[in-house]
Parts: sequence; C-alpha cells; structure tokens
Amino acid sequence: MNLLNARRVSQTFFLALFAWFCVVSSPGPSFLQLGVWPVTWLLCLDPLVALDTAVARGALEPGLLWALVTIALTLLLGRAFCGWVCPLGTLNHLLGWLGQRGMGQAARLAASVPHRGEGAAQVVLAVQVAAAAGSGLAAVGAWLRGHPLFGLGLLLPAVTLLWLWARRGERAQRGARLVAVLAVLALLGLACLRCAHGLLQSSLAVGWLDPLPLLHRSAHTVLLPLADRGVAVLWPFPRQHALAPWTALILAAVLLANLWRPRAFCRFACPLGALLGLLGRVAPWRVAKRQSACSDCGRCEAACPAAAQPSGVFRQSACVLCLNCTEVCPEGLLALAPRRSAAGEAAEPDLGRRATALGLAAGLAAVPVLRLGGTGNGHAAPNLIRPPGALSETDFLARCIACGQCMRACPTNVLQPAGLLGGLETAWTPALDMRIGTSGCQPSCTACGQVCPTGAIRPIALDEKLGRGEFAERGPVRIGTAFVDRGRCLPWTFARPCIVCQEVCPVSPKAILPERVVEILADGREVVLERPRVDPVACIGCGICERECPVAGEAAIRVDSAGESRDPAHTLVVGG
Amino acid sequence: MSHLPPPPDPERRAFLARLARAAGGLALAGSAGALLARSPGWGGATTARGVVRAFDFAQAGAGRRLGIGRGSDRAASLDRALGAIGGLGAFVGSGEVVVLKVNAGFSTAPELGATTHPDLVTALARRCLEAGAREVRVVDNPVSDPLACFQVSGIAAAAEGVGARVVLPSPEAFSLLTVAGGRLIRDWPVLTAPLEGATRLISVCPLKHHYLAGATMTLKNLYGLLGGSRGVFHQDVHGTVAELARLVRPTLTVLDATWAMVRNGPTGGSLSDLEERGAVAVGSDPVAVDAWGAGLLGLEPADLPYLVRAVVAGAGSTDWRTLAVESWGRG
Repeated sequence: MNLLNARRVSQTFFLALFAWFCVVSSPGPSFLQLGVWPVTWLLCLDPLVALDTAVARGALEPGLLWALVTIALTLLLGRAFCGWVCPLGTLNHLLGWLGQRGMGQAARLAASVPHRGEGAAQVVLAVQVAAAAGSGLAAVGAWLRGHPLFGLGLLLPAVTLLWLWARRGERAQRGARLVAVLAVLALLGLACLRCAHGLLQSSLAVGWLDPLPLLHRSAHTVLLPLADRGVAVLWPFPRQHALAPWTALILAAVLLANLWRPRAFCRFACPLGALLGLLGRVAPWRVAKRQSACSDCGRCEAACPAAAQPSGVFRQSACVLCLNCTEVCPEGLLALAPRRSAAGEAAEPDLGRRATALGLAAGLAAVPVLRLGGTGNGHAAPNLIRPPGALSETDFLARCIACGQCMRACPTNVLQPAGLLGGLETAWTPALDMRIGTSGCQPSCTACGQVCPTGAIRPIALDEKLGRGEFAERGPVRIGTAFVDRGRCLPWTFARPCIVCQEVCPVSPKAILPERVVEILADGREVVLERPRVDPVACIGCGICERECPVAGEAAIRVDSAGESRDPAHTLVVGG
Repeated sequence: MSHLPPPPDPERRAFLARLARAAGGLALAGSAGALLARSPGWGGATTARGVVRAFDFAQAGAGRRLGIGRGSDRAASLDRALGAIGGLGAFVGSGEVVVLKVNAGFSTAPELGATTHPDLVTALARRCLEAGAREVRVVDNPVSDPLACFQVSGIAAAAEGVGARVVLPSPEAFSLLTVAGGRLIRDWPVLTAPLEGATRLISVCPLKHHYLAGATMTLKNLYGLLGGSRGVFHQDVHGTVAELARLVRPTLTVLDATWAMVRNGPTGGSLSDLEERGAVAVGSDPVAVDAWGAGLLGLEPADLPYLVRAVVAGAGSTDWRTLAVESWGRG
C-alpha cells in the first residue's frame, strides 16, 4: 500500500471512529452506548485544548496528555494530523475534492494560489490562546506583586542574554536597538501585569473555532438530535438543543466554504491548523522536490488542497501531508523525504507580527470585556444552572471548551447550550433548562462529568452527588433551589388541588412539604388544599418538580441558581 | 587524497538539525505535560473551600479588664476609661500594626449615632500612635456603598487627619474562611487582607438597638468583617455573632454609649432615636463590655442569645460588675 492510500485509510478510520463515538455517546450501559467507549479521546488528541487549559489553569487534565502524541507527530511530520487524522479536516478534504470534480486544471490552479487571508487563522489562534491565558498571566502578575525585586532580577539576565545574542555578527547595531525595544516592552508588560492582574481572566469558550470541539458540538446538538427525531435509532425520544440553528449554520458555512476553496476552513480559519503549522516548521521529514527544474505542468499544484506550492517555493506550514502531489507528478520529482525542497521553501509562516500582536491583544481584552456584561465575576445569573460537579463560574469558564459532550451524554436532554443566559460567552456552554427534556437532572446520574475532557464538570461519584458516605458531612451537590411561584401555583392561586411537585420530588425525605389548609371559597364552599412549601436544605435543584408542574407556560415551581453548592457565595441557607 | 572523508551533505546536516529540534521540542512538550499533569494549577481552586482560621489579637496575660469613662466628650471619656485599665500602653506597644474595626455601616451623618463617631476614631487612633503603633488601619465592610459610608460618617476624614489609614473592602481583600467547628460561617468570604500583618485589633462602635439581634455592640460589630451576601446570616444572627467571637479575638473593645440609639436600630435616622448615656467603656473582654452596654438599653445578658453563646464559646463572661473600674470626670 502506498502512502497515499495509507492516508486515505487513516482518514476513513478516524472519521469512522468519530462517527462511532457519536453513535455510542448516547447514555446507557450497553456496549452500543456510553458505558465502555473512550468517547473523549479525539478531543484529548487536540493540542489546542491542552494548550488552552494549560495556560488557563497552570495544570493539565491527565487525559489531555494524549495531545503529546499529536505534538510528536507534528514535530516529526508537520501538519499530518490535519491531513490524516482530523475528522473535520477529512470532511473538508472530501467536500473540496467533490466540489472540484469536473473542474478544469486552470480553475483548480486558481484555487490553490496562496491567499493573504490565510493569515486570519493565526489571528484566530492568537485570540484564542490569549483569551485562555488571562488567569495564567494574572497569576504571574499577582506573583510579581508579591516579589517585585525578584521579577526585575529575572529580567536582568534575560536582557543580558538577549544583548549578547544580538551582538553576534554584523547586525550588532540593529540587534542592540531590538534589545532595547524588547527590554522596554518586557518591563512595560511586567508593569502592566503587576497592575492589571485583577482584571485578567481566562475564557476557553472564546475558542469556539477549534475544529474538534466545533465538530463534536455540531454533531451532538444538531446532527444526532436530527437522527433522533428522524429514525430514533440511537435514542428513542426526540431530543432538542438550544442554538441548534446557529450551530448548524456555522457547520454549514465551514463545510460549504470548501466549494470556494478546498479546505477553506483549514487554510483560513482553523486555529489548530495554525498551531500545528507553527510546530511543524521543524519537521525533519516533509514533502520535497528532488530537483528545482521541472516541466511546470502544474498538476501537483492543482491537486494540492492546501495551497502549499509543491512545485515552487514550498510552504511547509500549509502542507497537510495529503501527498496528492507525490502521486500526480509525472516526473516523480515529489516525495516525502528527509530534506528540503530543491526549489526552496518559504520562510513561513510569516507570523504577520502586527496581526498576531493585535490578535493577542484582542484575546486578552476580550475576556474582561465579556465579563463586564456577563457572569464569572461573582454575579450569579439566576437562570444559569450548571450541571452537578461544575466548577464555580470563573473556573468553569476557564475550562469549558463547549464541545457538547455532556449534552449528548445527558439521558434526559435537560442539559442545553446556555445561549445568552450568562452573556455572549456562555453561548454553547452547558446549562440546565428544566422544562426541556424528559425529567430534569436525575439524582442517580453523573454522566456529564464523566465525558468532560477538561474537568469543567468534575467526574463526581454518585456518593458525592448524593452526599453519602464520606461526603455525608458536606451534603448533596446542589445545582440550585426550587421556588414556588404562589401567583401561578394551582392550590395557592386557584384553590385547586394539585401537589404534583411534592409527588415527583425524588429526594428522601421529600424536599417539598405539603401544607394542609382549609379555605372558604366565595360561594361558601370549604375546600381542603395542600400547598407546596420547599425545604431549601433538602432541595438539590434537580428540577423534576419544574418539569412535571402541570401549569403550562411558565411553571409554577422553578429552579434557579440560588443555593448552588459550586460557589459558596451563592449560599441560600446557613446552618442547615 | 582518498583518505579524506567526503564533504558532509548539507541536506543531511540540515535534516539532523531538524531532527534534533523536533526531539528537543518533544522533550520540552513532554516534560511540560508531565509537570502540568501533576501541577496543582495557579489560583482559582477547583473546589473553593474555606481555610479554617482564627485571628487571636488578645494581649496575653492582660487578663479581663473593663474601664468605664463617664462624660459627654467622647475623647475625654475614652481617656478616662483607658486610664482605668492601666492605659493603652498595656495593650499597644511600639511598632505594632493596629486595626480599628469601626462601624461605618451606613452613609449617615455622625450626629445620628449609627456609625462610630469620628471624634472617637481620632482619639483612639491618636492614642495608638502615641503608644508607638507603626500603623493604624481603619476597617469595615459597610452595608451601604463603602466610599459614601466612610466619607459621610466622617470616619475617613478623622482617620486621615490623625495619620491612620482607611482600608476599603476591595474584592481582593476577602478570602474564604471557615470557623473552626462552625456551623454557619463556612467557606465564606471574610475581610482578611487588612488583618494580615496586624498585631492588634480594637473593635470600636456605638451602642445601638438592633431590631433583629436586640442590640448591636462590640461583638456584633465584627459582623462587618463578613463579605458576600451576608444577609443570609440573619437566619441565625445570634449563632453567627457567637461564631464571629470565635473567629476574631480583639485586643480591646470600645463601646461608645455617650449617646445610645435606643430605638429604630440599627439605622436610626433621627436624633429622637438617641438618648444620652454619657459613658465610654473599654475592655479586654468583649462579652463583659457588651453585657454592660445591654444594661444601658434595659436588657439583661440573657435577653441577647449571642452573648450567652459567646460565653459558651469561651469569648468572655457577662459578669461585668466585678470587673468595672469607673472613672468620672467633667465634660
């Protein structure tokens, strides 16, 4: 089997694996369901997820160490991950190929000319990483505040080294100037960090263009729910997800862009591609032209979906190692080889310093600006109910990549993209909408935390969720508290018996207590009513009462985030 | 010349250089990954839990003392009361950092008696500095807007006038705490930053009626160290004050009963809510000081469950009569 076919087999395998993981992401114990499959594995391979969480937290979920495999692959072979592994890359590859079928060579050549818009991917990467790095930089700033002299002490040897480095060769003059500028910038940067460390925070949701979370999110909240409604093979009940039309539009745009340029997303927008392009610059093996001169037939260029210019000045950071060019070259001049192209290589990626710096600045500024209007600063959005095990909001937003795994794993479909509940930033992050789905948050379920690749939702055990065993003292994990709306509740407002909420409350002893009252109606009749009253100590916020409340429209008992145990500042009841 | 090796292939060398760089990159990424996977991370605890702490500012060996200074001038009364317990020098030495936990709860004029009187702040801060204190911090987390409270109450001007420093309750100044054995104050933000590095703490506040708690005096004044949505503690205000008494042991407490708010507390708002009692008490036992104050409002210690519980918590004794040393003066 030649390498080209090996690439096709690999792409098919990983796309099929992705599809299979989607299929088995439905909750349940059977081997066709969530129980046994490592469904987060493809997300864990994503070095951008690892990098983002690492700079946001200063720590890494052990599962994300899988990203090292991708990094190793990239360091040795360039963007082979894009060409051989990435399922979204494969879809783009396929659609680009389909879109160019029947197209003449001239048109294909036109599509494979490098485009200055490709620098946008690097800007997307810069924005995403800077937005993720906020709390890391804040930690540095806080440390500097505690050790001001030590910070300066670090700077001195660094500047000396830079100075020595710049003095070598004939460019001493220019180098010295550069050092001066860098030193001033570094000092300014440290000073800014020291002052602004309270301002900087991390947000991973800003990285919504990261291809693997994007594809997972689209599958879990659009494609699979469509399948559930259509054929009901994976899940017997129709499922729904907020924002699905928007999610679908974005996926459609990513896929349809291939008709304009093959792998348009990979070239122009993909932050992961940009990162791997940077890492892949050192790759020992790469596509190389054996001799500079050739017949210039252009077949390799026309066959290249990445505009990597295999026949001319080769663009290593664009090449996805699909190896199309090696097959179509009639002279057999192109091959994967341990050398550089004889026709030369572009000194790429041209980092586009200004654009990248702008991207970094925009990413750093984006999070504080988003937080001005949203959550994450101690303000608890009343309807933003995070799943059990979710970290407190600031920490949660520094970890959640909005991949949608938890939403698919949720057996009741109560877990939804939060939309604008907590501001723009929370769009695809998970929150519970009790009226959607079949039955609130099931007390005996901890699925969402088990499939979270970044630990934004901790993988809690059932004992912790229910406050049993060693967690007895701390009590159950509370995601919110139910409040009775006396203006809508049937016994309270219409003097009609109901008490459904008390009946369905799964907590034992019940968290909804019926209070028996006798009312004399206007016509003189006496009715005995039971009115619900919530015990805020026992209530865990599961929302089953809200789901089952027979009052159509807005339920007469509703859960809000008051009392959620993930943030002590939201305490509702003290002293038990 | 056949014994000379062939000249090295430049491509081969370039390949080896790239290989070395790739290996170096991998080693770097690998060790970073290994470190990060074991790292506890920076800041932002995964599960925010309070540290169990206590702040003991009590002067060792000073014993329980209570001095009462009579008169209508707060500064003079303070000096008499201090004199009755051996002077402030017995409690504040040179180089000390003293926190004055004032009551700056509301943005009301000083005459209305809802906040610690600026004259008392001036006098007390001055005495601390005279005793050799290196720094005097004036601290509270008011109910209303902090800036407005410190300014309108006159406390800011008084502090600055004498060389003390008002520490505003900025968000970073709070940290999550749990009171040892506490049932109520758990994982709760407490205004700790101004207490760090401090060696003495004096709780100084006016004697006031309090609708829910019965009376607010030097122990209830510690409630102002709580942050967050502390209204939840009204669910058990007496238990909360008793836990605060365990969390913070003041060096001294100063209760200003020159004019007491006898009704409509703790905000008052009218001069008619005040009655003259003409005394300032200073003591090393906050329970005794408060028990004395309760009497001025016509209450017995048993009427104030938090005093009873503070005794159980070991914060002091309600028996103030056997301690009190009174000092009378004019004006």
